[in-house]
Amino acid sequence: MPDENTISRRGLLMKLGVFFNGLVAIGLAVPIVRYLFSAVTRGRANSYLSWVPIGPISEFPEGETRLATFRNPFVMPADGQTVNTACWVRRISAQQFQVFAVNCAHLGCPVRWFPQSGLFLCPCHGGAYYRDGSRASGPPERGLFEYPYKVENGLITILAGELPTPGDPIASLGEERPPCA
Amino acid sequence: MRVITQIGEWVDRRVQLGAAIREAAGHHVPRKTASWFYVFGSAALAVFVLQLLTGILLALVYVPSAAEAWNSLQVLNHDVTLGWFLRALHGWGSNFMVAIVLLHMVQVFLFGAYKFPRELTWIVGVFLLLMTLGMAFSGQVLRFDQDAYWGIGIGASITSRVPVIGPLAVKLMLGGPIIAGATLSRFFALHVFLIPGLLIAFVSLHLLMVLKLGINEWPMPGRIVSRATYAAEYEELLEKDGVPFVPYAIWKDLVFSAVILLAVAACALYFGPFGPGGRPDPTLIQTAPRPDYFFLWLYAMLSLLPASLETPALLIGPVVVIIALLFLPFLFGEGEKNWRRRPIAVLSVLLIAISLGTFTHLAGYAPWSPQMNAWSGDPVPDRFLKNTTALERQGALVFQLKQCRNCHSLGSQGGQRGPALDEVALRLTQDQLIRQVIQGGGNMPAYGKNLSPAETTALVAFLMTLHPPGYLPARDAALEHISSTIVSPQH
Repeated sequence: MPDENTISRRGLLMKLGVFFNGLVAIGLAVPIVRYLFSAVTRGRANSYLSWVPIGPISEFPEGETRLATFRNPFVMPADGQTVNTACWVRRISAQQFQVFAVNCAHLGCPVRWFPQSGLFLCPCHGGAYYRDGSRASGPPERGLFEYPYKVENGLITILAGELPTPGDPIASLGEERPPCA
Repeated sequence: MRVITQIGEWVDRRVQLGAAIREAAGHHVPRKTASWFYVFGSAALAVFVLQLLTGILLALVYVPSAAEAWNSLQVLNHDVTLGWFLRALHGWGSNFMVAIVLLHMVQVFLFGAYKFPRELTWIVGVFLLLMTLGMAFSGQVLRFDQDAYWGIGIGASITSRVPVIGPLAVKLMLGGPIIAGATLSRFFALHVFLIPGLLIAFVSLHLLMVLKLGINEWPMPGRIVSRATYAAEYEELLEKDGVPFVPYAIWKDLVFSAVILLAVAACALYFGPFGPGGRPDPTLIQTAPRPDYFFLWLYAMLSLLPASLETPALLIGPVVVIIALLFLPFLFGEGEKNWRRRPIAVLSVLLIAISLGTFTHLAGYAPWSPQMNAWSGDPVPDRFLKNTTALERQGALVFQLKQCRNCHSLGSQGGQRGPALDEVALRLTQDQLIRQVIQGGGNMPAYGKNLSPAETTALVAFLMTLHPPGYLPARDAALEHISSTIVSPQH
């Protein structure tokens, strides 16, 4: 019967084996975790967002709100038609626009524009927004998400690339807005 | 026959499982548990096996790619021989599985089977329920159509509201910045590898514990569970009135499972497969996404909760429910098992069932959603226009053109988001109508900026005609009183 304080050859070898496996597990865990979280880490560097043209300004008459589509700037081979994205473009005056995400600020369903009543209505839970995107009624806690835009050479370009959600509205990345908006 | 026996013996000499299987089959159960109330667990297992088989068969054709999934579902529905039937079996199987798992849970709860010593069996069961719901949701995503696409969007919007890590969790869930190819691949991995693997492991553990601890005895009023004496009492019950599980109890399990599988097949044959709906093209926004049957109650709750309560309810609610379910066997691990002596338990089940049923029923016609086509599809019924003036008819036109009908019904046609307006002139005076239209209020947007004064006048003139014949529209009694007191001294 070996003493409790003595280390037997077999016991030491087993502990070494466990320790060695632990080391290997940690060595493997690092790349696995980095792989798993790659979608997050890539977004941290804001590499998903870029300026995307959505059409010449002549397509958007003054005083009207129209649907525009664009291809998401971040594309993977198997994405198919899911990278095609829609947005509502409101032309207030010659050089002044508002570009809204179609996603309702409540839970992301696509809102529809009704020019006659000047409202955006959501088909899911009945959220309604005024023509300037501000909240009119229903469950949304805020107005529609807005893409930052700029007009260059007669083209409207928006900063897009991420799905806007209540916890992560794209508007906060806009240049003319304070970072905490 | 002798050859088969010999092969059997040859194999068993090597795997040595025969004795264990014979012991499990012949283990004694209390005679009264050979009951039609004790068949839901085995039926859930039978449907689970059906889901595994049909799932594998569907995976032979299905393409888990955002670009191709929808097309491959069309191929299954229309080109592959009986592909539609396999899809229908899998789809109806999922509905039946959720239903039977819930029934099983209610039976276990009402029969007090979660009490000592079966606490862990219950806890594993709670995880099995969560995984079943996870399978139902991820399965809906794999049917990659418009409902699936916007359904993930709803999931992402809810996830994003988690403080601090919300936005990161959304990217992790979507596998990228938007709902796209990586999202579908992720849900495919969850639905086909991860959750089924866990389900198989947890189902095995669940069954093992049922065998080791014995099936819950038939609860008798007054037979109190106590940690100190339960094991001995159960042992005594088995000795006095135990019967071998095979064949005394198993025949009911077999019959019920077969009935359920037959019902799944009948539904599949009669109703056919679910969808797919429209193409998952995010630029097609003329859609009103709806969740599958078992998440309709959630859809209703998300519409009916006040905005301020929604985020706390969404984030804290599920945690509270899961913790309550997990702690149930520890808080109420002893005592009475019979439901006749557990009124709170019975009332809780009734309350939850009625609430979920009501929410599901409401979600069936979604009164909170505007009817997007009512303004152009449902005309003002003729009877509201009889004997009206030109101004009132102009008002009826404004009423249609400004999409009032999308939220307000006339003659029970139109949206139900706002109140029906058939008799609105009895409820609101002319001034109140003008104020409500221009300023909005309650759940109604303000139309002040979108109506000219002439349009408002015409609209309100029309609304003032909306009262039953023989009734006068509402009037402001206070104003009348003032005008009469001003007028009276002159008389």
